[in-house]
Amino acid sequence: MELLQINDLKIQFPSRRGTVDAVKGVTLTVKPGEVLGVVGESGAGKSTIGNAVIGLLEPPGRVAGGDVYLKGEQINNLDRDAIRKIRGRRIGMIFQDPLTSLDPLQTIEQQLVETIDLHLKLGAEKSLERAIDLLDQVGIPNPAERIKHYPHQFSGGMRQRVVIALALCAEPEVIIADEPTTALDVSIQAQILELMRRLCREKQVGMLIITHDMGVIADITDRVAVMYRGDLVEEGTTQKILGDPDHPYTKSLISAVPRPDVRLHRFPMVDYIEKEEDRKKDFDISTHWLGQAQDFDAVEGSLVSVENLVMKFISKEALLKKNRQYFTAVDNVSFDIRQGEVFGLVGESGSGKSTVARMICGLYKPASGSVNFGGTDLTKIKSETELDYYRRQMQMIFQDPFSSLNGRMKVMDIVAEPIRFHKLASSNQEVETIVLDLLEHVGLGRAAALRYPHEFSGGQRQRISIARALATRPRFLICDEPTSALDVSIQAQILNLLKDLQEELGLTMLFISHDLPVIRQMCDRVGVMKMGQLVEVSETETLFEAPSAPYTKELLSLMPKLDKLSHSGLEIED
Amino acid sequence: MEKAVETTRLERFLDSDIWHSFKSNPVAIVSLIVTLIMVLSSAFAPLLAPQDPFDLANIDIMDSSLPPSWMAEGDPRFLFGTDDQGRDILSTIMYGAQISLIVGFASVVFSMVVGISLGLISGYAGGRVDAFIMRVADIQLSFPAILIALLIDGVARGIFEAHLHEQISIYVLIFAIGISGWVQYARTVRGSTLVEKNKEYVQAARVIGIRPITILHRHILPNVMGPVMVIATIHLAIAVITEATLSFLGVGVPPTTPSLGTLIRIGNEYLFSGEWWITIFPGAALLILVLAVNLLGDWLRDAMNPKLR
Repeated sequence: MELLQINDLKIQFPSRRGTVDAVKGVTLTVKPGEVLGVVGESGAGKSTIGNAVIGLLEPPGRVAGGDVYLKGEQINNLDRDAIRKIRGRRIGMIFQDPLTSLDPLQTIEQQLVETIDLHLKLGAEKSLERAIDLLDQVGIPNPAERIKHYPHQFSGGMRQRVVIALALCAEPEVIIADEPTTALDVSIQAQILELMRRLCREKQVGMLIITHDMGVIADITDRVAVMYRGDLVEEGTTQKILGDPDHPYTKSLISAVPRPDVRLHRFPMVDYIEKEEDRKKDFDISTHWLGQAQDFDAVEGSLVSVENLVMKFISKEALLKKNRQYFTAVDNVSFDIRQGEVFGLVGESGSGKSTVARMICGLYKPASGSVNFGGTDLTKIKSETELDYYRRQMQMIFQDPFSSLNGRMKVMDIVAEPIRFHKLASSNQEVETIVLDLLEHVGLGRAAALRYPHEFSGGQRQRISIARALATRPRFLICDEPTSALDVSIQAQILNLLKDLQEELGLTMLFISHDLPVIRQMCDRVGVMKMGQLVEVSETETLFEAPSAPYTKELLSLMPKLDKLSHSGLEIED
Repeated sequence: MEKAVETTRLERFLDSDIWHSFKSNPVAIVSLIVTLIMVLSSAFAPLLAPQDPFDLANIDIMDSSLPPSWMAEGDPRFLFGTDDQGRDILSTIMYGAQISLIVGFASVVFSMVVGISLGLISGYAGGRVDAFIMRVADIQLSFPAILIALLIDGVARGIFEAHLHEQISIYVLIFAIGISGWVQYARTVRGSTLVEKNKEYVQAARVIGIRPITILHRHILPNVMGPVMVIATIHLAIAVITEATLSFLGVGVPPTTPSLGTLIRIGNEYLFSGEWWITIFPGAALLILVLAVNLLGDWLRDAMNPKLR
């Protein structure tokens, strides 16, 4: 008998624009001690399945058909009270954000002991013993003392361990984990996955792990189910799905995953989810508007160089300057970016890489140090009009495509704003022609100009951002995690686009990412940052093949091993 | 991608969640209809009212103190009866509501302009400017709004001569009510500005080089207007009430151009001699107007805040 069996599950979300079929008849099974991965991109319906199993479907969603069995017992038709007894007791849950999964006003002890006592009726003393034992199992050092602490006194990774302990505390038969490591840094992700896998084996618990991340799938699962727009397109052992997929969607998904081990020329076959409008490829840059930025001084050698950059944020405000306390976000960072190269900055969250980018483009004023652009120290320039000349030469693409566009403006006006501000065109008509051309250039099509940002998907919005950045005809482009909010196939499209543009326009780029495989695909040289300091700068291939700094070695060792992934159809660069 | 369809503002509005929420909320529909009737009937009072109560030629003292038309001594010409000088109550209400609404709308607009500007500056500039503006707001909040309005009216009476004050009293009133209400807008706008200014679209504008003043009005302002519209609706009701209170106390508009508050005060004197209709009908009109506007404001607040749905 299967532990968890989902038969032909259909879930619908009625809305005033018609009913959305979020899940269209999915059948899955989980055996004891087995980890089943459900993978798919946003809108695939994977989280909806998890929520439906534990009766936490968000209204107005409803199960339109199919059954769910736990050890042969049907659970999808139970009333609220009955499903509540199963939830937590027989099915444990781990959610994405460890910050919101714990009650901030209660100590870990209160939360764990209460849950254990509620489900297992052990009595206060036994429950506490068990709670401490659980914390020990999930690898929290000094559990007897740590259990008295509040959630905010734990780091993100430790908090997720507590959440796992909480999910395990009633000895559940099944655990449903929805993106359990997405909010965590890579170094912690690997540990958490290892822990989950071990506990699953030891306790013979079945696990349903829902994720968009092929790295997680490769690391932890035994079998994988691939979802695409509500349909289960393919299911099989992890090795088979990753190494030799049958369905074209799975193939396209796997080909879009950035490889840590090889550098690709471009990502192939990434048009499955969202078709890219035809890009105008055969144009002559010397006559095109984008190539007409003639008034910039020529630069020899490095275009951008930062020297001894320091940035401090006030961590404790005080009326008198001397009483203020500071937190040093960037500590004495220096590097050069050569004309025409893609320079990567990589590091975990909080390492200061975005802060460096913001200092270069003038969003933050450095505490000390200099930002040189083509030999001019930008931190010394006081006049706004003088700065405009340099602003025109460098533009930035931001991380979050949903907040980087003003929702009250039409795409036309968003992209036209820099052109109008810097007076790069002589008439309104010319501005419009340029904008339409730019939109075509980033693979959006001219029709986009008349619409508002909310009508576009994340990937399309990121294309609008890129068009806006190109609208000043910059020669230096800062990309701050440009794809980290996007699905993998969309990420592959955007990375392809950035690569193409970089080649066509001869752009110099600063490319910031926490994702080493992406860095490998994009960058010529890479700087590694740790806690505000630059620990290593090397050529990309050197960095990946023969890292020198111990921290780099550590980061590389924590990268998901994707060597099982199929290599078919890839153009590998040598 | 679909063909280029440029949607007009109206089409986008008809497809919006706000419009759908409105259509499915009977309270909101009734409130809007009532508000519209009140606003239109007062705006077109000269055309619609049975009588011009301020034209002495129309008034006959013989008609004074008639009860509403459905009562035994009532006169069919005067639906809600007449006052002590023979003026038609319905007509005075329509003319009075005109003054009340003008003062209400104008003071709301005045509060909005002051409040939004200070809120935007406060939120965007931060630091000392922010601290200064917000402390002024805190100080003002520690006084009741009506006290501030009374104070300003008193000062205006001291500065201007009596006949001049009578002429400008409506502007003094608008200023007094307006200035006592800006704090709410400033606080709300400041809060939203603090959120918006850290969003990446504002940073993108800064990277382009757009100057702060343009960023404020082109980028931040349109994105903080949602909650402002909610406050403005509810504030309109408060402003109308404040005006009525001031007029009731006798420091509002002069009796020659009576507002609803003035009418209630005048009628109040006759309440004990049995002529209840002189004060009850203007009072009821004020109540209905304020209630309708408030319900509309409540609906708007719920519709714009997805968490409350």
